[in-house]
Amino acid sequence: MKRQVPIFLVFLCGLTMVIQFFVPHDYSDVLFQYANDFVIVIGILALPVGIYSLMKNTVNKAMRDPKERIFSALTILGFLVMIVAGLKREWFASSTSLSSNMFNYVLVPAQATLFSMLAFYIASAAYRAFRARTVLAAVLLVTAFVVMLRLIPLPEPVATWNAEFVRWILEVPNMAAKRAILIGVALGAITYSTKILLGIERAYMGTD
Amino acid sequence: MLVLVLLLGAALAAAQELPAPRGLSARDNPNDAGHGILLEWKAAPETDGVVAYEIYRLPWRPAEEGAPWTPAQAPDSAWILTGTVPIPATSYVDMDDEVRLGANYNPGYIPRGGVVHYRIRAMGPGDALSAFTPPVTATAHGDWWHTQRWNVLVIALLLGVLMVYFIRRSKEGAELYIRPIPGLQRIDEAIGRATEMGRPILFVLGTGTAGDVATLAAYTILARVAERTAEYQTKLLVPVNEPVMMVMAQATVKEAYLKAGRPEVYNPDNIFYISAMQFPYVAAVNALMLREKTATNFYMGVFHAESLLLAEAGSVTGSIQISGTDRVPQIPFFVAATDYTLIGEELYAASAYLAQDPKLVGPLKAQDLVKAGILIVAILGVLEATILGSGFISNLIEPH
Repeated sequence: MKRQVPIFLVFLCGLTMVIQFFVPHDYSDVLFQYANDFVIVIGILALPVGIYSLMKNTVNKAMRDPKERIFSALTILGFLVMIVAGLKREWFASSTSLSSNMFNYVLVPAQATLFSMLAFYIASAAYRAFRARTVLAAVLLVTAFVVMLRLIPLPEPVATWNAEFVRWILEVPNMAAKRAILIGVALGAITYSTKILLGIERAYMGTD
Repeated sequence: MLVLVLLLGAALAAAQELPAPRGLSARDNPNDAGHGILLEWKAAPETDGVVAYEIYRLPWRPAEEGAPWTPAQAPDSAWILTGTVPIPATSYVDMDDEVRLGANYNPGYIPRGGVVHYRIRAMGPGDALSAFTPPVTATAHGDWWHTQRWNVLVIALLLGVLMVYFIRRSKEGAELYIRPIPGLQRIDEAIGRATEMGRPILFVLGTGTAGDVATLAAYTILARVAERTAEYQTKLLVPVNEPVMMVMAQATVKEAYLKAGRPEVYNPDNIFYISAMQFPYVAAVNALMLREKTATNFYMGVFHAESLLLAEAGSVTGSIQISGTDRVPQIPFFVAATDYTLIGEELYAASAYLAQDPKLVGPLKAQDLVKAGILIVAILGVLEATILGSGFISNLIEPH
């Protein structure tokens, strides 16, 4: 019973959504919106569980390792400041509020810094990927070199030839590979979803 | 002065000469929720000099603002411009489902079952405008069947029938071949390495949600990894970015530990929530790799810009890394930065591959067969378009 009821609910909700896809009527749209609202509600209800987990782990880490205490204290402090700053609507609605300032001048730059590291990571990953150890890796290296040449000024008519060749690489072999993966992904997703609907696939419920 | 008068006269004459559009008709727009009207008219001859058409309608108003407008009683100023379409277009879909009540009501709203009046006029070069067409009327209706999605239904039904067939065959004992997937073959090896080194294993479920198919597929691999770590008593860390995913991951890992006969080793604190925001989550996971010195990292599920940030950090720590995602733009990053990658559908095939259960292997064969069918149709379509130049197959696939 403990397993049959969730599987039945999954089947019922899934089948409703499948039918909804084929019915464009207003009522069907309302049903879809309603189901999406439920997802948001479930997410909000689960949030305290997440916050509890975060706080518990932060405190445990601080108690276990003295070197971690400063970071744990900062995490808890940041968490509490943002809660207090957002207690009243008027406290966070304005663009000059503490909540907005914390978001715009602390979180956003920190995120941008982290994101900018991607440029260096791409360089190091490309270095490893482009080592011509096999024939395929050599083909990859040459192709990448040709594609990158497009971004530097070359004398004519080499620039035009290169631009045409790069366009062909991107629009024909590259696009073909991407579409092949996408078709596989789409079919795989349909098959996997069907297995979930029929209760064949149950690993996500903690049972298989 | 005389020149100006002559020019003005010529412009007025041109405006008067521009003929009004002909054959305007309005009907319910097919395959919508009931808030759209399809307008069609005849193309003007090139000699008319038409460059675009202006579409006007009588506005909607709530009952408390008065009775609906009718063309007979509406003044010219009441008509509102809903769109301008350049030639050679001879149709226009007016769609607006945003109902706003009160003083700030939306006059462009098309009520389901409500009557809407339209008229159009042609625009010529400069400011030349034709006269309006006689008003036409239509009523928007909600449709109960999307006529352009029957192809999806056919493929889905075909796939369903094939799935049932192959599940039966598999249950009867037929051996269905699944090609080796290196990323899945190496799972046990990667877990063994972490065990030998006495270091933890990291399992990242991506930055998707619990509703993503790729995330659900990742749980299957998590279950397998958890079962092995329970047997070997290796620490398994699962940082997640969504509370719902955390609860699901805890249930999956707990069940796997029970199945392995090691429930006492299970520690729910090893599956923890970090942040729903992408980069704070990445920062925390990267720090976890560096501090805990994880020996093996799994990245399975939905990934965005963080894929390379995670994989490169793992590479720096010398971990063996296995990744899998269905997000095409992230696949090259994983291929470049991790040791093994499950590309797209391979992630979904993991459950069948790992369990070798007939119920799971059967659908995989059905999927392969449909894929072969799509390949054949694609080849036939290319040949047909190249040799015959007709669009029969493409029309069959994408009905209009």
